[in-house]
Amino acid sequence: MSFNNLDQLYRSVIMDHYKTPRNKGTIENDSINIEMNNPTCGDRIHLTLQVEGGIVKDAKFDGEGCSISMASASMMTQAVKGKNVETALGLSKTFSDMMLGKEYDESEDLGDIEALQGVSQFPARIKCATLAWKAMEKGVHEQEKS
Amino acid sequence: MISKEIKSYFPILNQEINGNPLIYLDSAATSQKPVQVIEALENYYKFDNSNVHRGVHTLGNRATEKYEGAREKVQKFINASSTEEVIFLRGTTTAINLVAQSYGRANVNEGDEIVITYMEHHSNIIPWQQLAKERGAILKYIELEEDGTISLEQVKAAITERTKIVSMVYVSNVLGTMNPVKEVARIAHDNGAVMVVDGAQAAPHLKIDVQQLDCDFFAFSGHKMVGPTGIGVLYGKKALLDEMEPVEFGGEMIDFVGLYDSTWKELPWKFEGGTPIIAGAVGLGAAIDFLNEIGLNEIEKHEHEMAAYAMEKMSGIDGLEIYGPKDPAKRAGIVTFNLNDVHPHDVATVLDMSGIAVRAGHHCAQPLMKWLQVTATARASFYVYNDESDIDRLVEGLRSAKEYFNDVF
Repeated sequence: MSFNNLDQLYRSVIMDHYKTPRNKGTIENDSINIEMNNPTCGDRIHLTLQVEGGIVKDAKFDGEGCSISMASASMMTQAVKGKNVETALGLSKTFSDMMLGKEYDESEDLGDIEALQGVSQFPARIKCATLAWKAMEKGVHEQEKS
Repeated sequence: MISKEIKSYFPILNQEINGNPLIYLDSAATSQKPVQVIEALENYYKFDNSNVHRGVHTLGNRATEKYEGAREKVQKFINASSTEEVIFLRGTTTAINLVAQSYGRANVNEGDEIVITYMEHHSNIIPWQQLAKERGAILKYIELEEDGTISLEQVKAAITERTKIVSMVYVSNVLGTMNPVKEVARIAHDNGAVMVVDGAQAAPHLKIDVQQLDCDFFAFSGHKMVGPTGIGVLYGKKALLDEMEPVEFGGEMIDFVGLYDSTWKELPWKFEGGTPIIAGAVGLGAAIDFLNEIGLNEIEKHEHEMAAYAMEKMSGIDGLEIYGPKDPAKRAGIVTFNLNDVHPHDVATVLDMSGIAVRAGHHCAQPLMKWLQVTATARASFYVYNDESDIDRLVEGLRSAKEYFNDVF
């Protein structure tokens, strides 16, 4: 059986992040803790962020889910680490637009995240890809409030 | 007789998905609808549509006859003693909520127990959680055996004289297990409790006889048994229903309305506030005709055969784990599984690319997923329109999925 269309979804860089996730684990002290799940399918992410002086110093994730959700979490932590909060939120917006098939800021260097573009062709899987980003947004906003 | 011809009554199955003929293996979520049901809905709206129980005009009479005619079909289908015991509601969830909110609130008090099992669908957990919280009652879970069945010893251990309600799924939507609800009802009654049966996965597949089961309440949904969505049934014993208060108030369910007080219609209408689900009931009646034409015993036999064939073929795939009873005779046509190292969502996406529809996720049974120690599973469920060739396609698809994820990456 040929699965050419599947290759749009499961690019090798995605499977690489799935099998060898970056920033897996939890940051111990003084971190922002966010638990988020996808109630329809059972995907679960526990994200910890360390934000100091408006900069995301560290980001780690733990959780369970499909290749798309876990790879996306791995890529997200990689992308936001070292960035200032505004840039991180901007990336999240760009990513969300990309998933929804909207026009997005292509000048931004998305790195590995670009590989997830194919997910937008699989409506049922978009939520998998955006879970980690939503958790990041929530964490950042909660910290801003406190 | 279950034959290939049955498939031809389901127009939706005659299409390609992602370039392959559709193989629909998600009937436990919702079944497909035969032309007979689709036409019954269409004809109702084309020729008979009107409100029920009030029109003097001809259409009003026709609609009422069709609606009440459907109730008679349901009564015979589940062998209730009378149509007064058949309440049309939105579905299984609404039916169980009605029992919890009406019977439960009136009969469950502080320190009383409500007993359910680890294999319940959320629709048979949360109404009881809410009731227990509200009344200060204790919600207890019956443990499962290792193979995903229920033993009567565990049932006896869980039910005590403080138990007011026992509620159990007849056929598990995840494990496919068929539970001994008749025996459990007897144990419940011996302890003075009522027995509620979640029949959502049973009504489509087995001959239901509520009198023989001697359950007090039985809930099921039309859409899982080739009927339309939005129609379901609560069966209740008349003596209990007579004592129960409605939970929805308004038009259709009243007898006399005063300024500060009102009285209710007799059974079953006192529980059917508002304009009822007329077309849905008509569609459910047509669905029952369709299933009766095939024969429920034939359907049950077919399900066991499908489960047996699927389990045999699927267990030939290396690294594939099947959950629930190993003996196909103990389960309905539901096979829940995981493929080693491939997440069920990924399995479902690959199968979808081959035109095969399966469910992936927690199947609205999070406590059961916890018991199974998994976060998600994939599920193939079979119905009258499936045959062995569908399972062969599934097995082929699973092998491809395994190959795709193991070899390509």
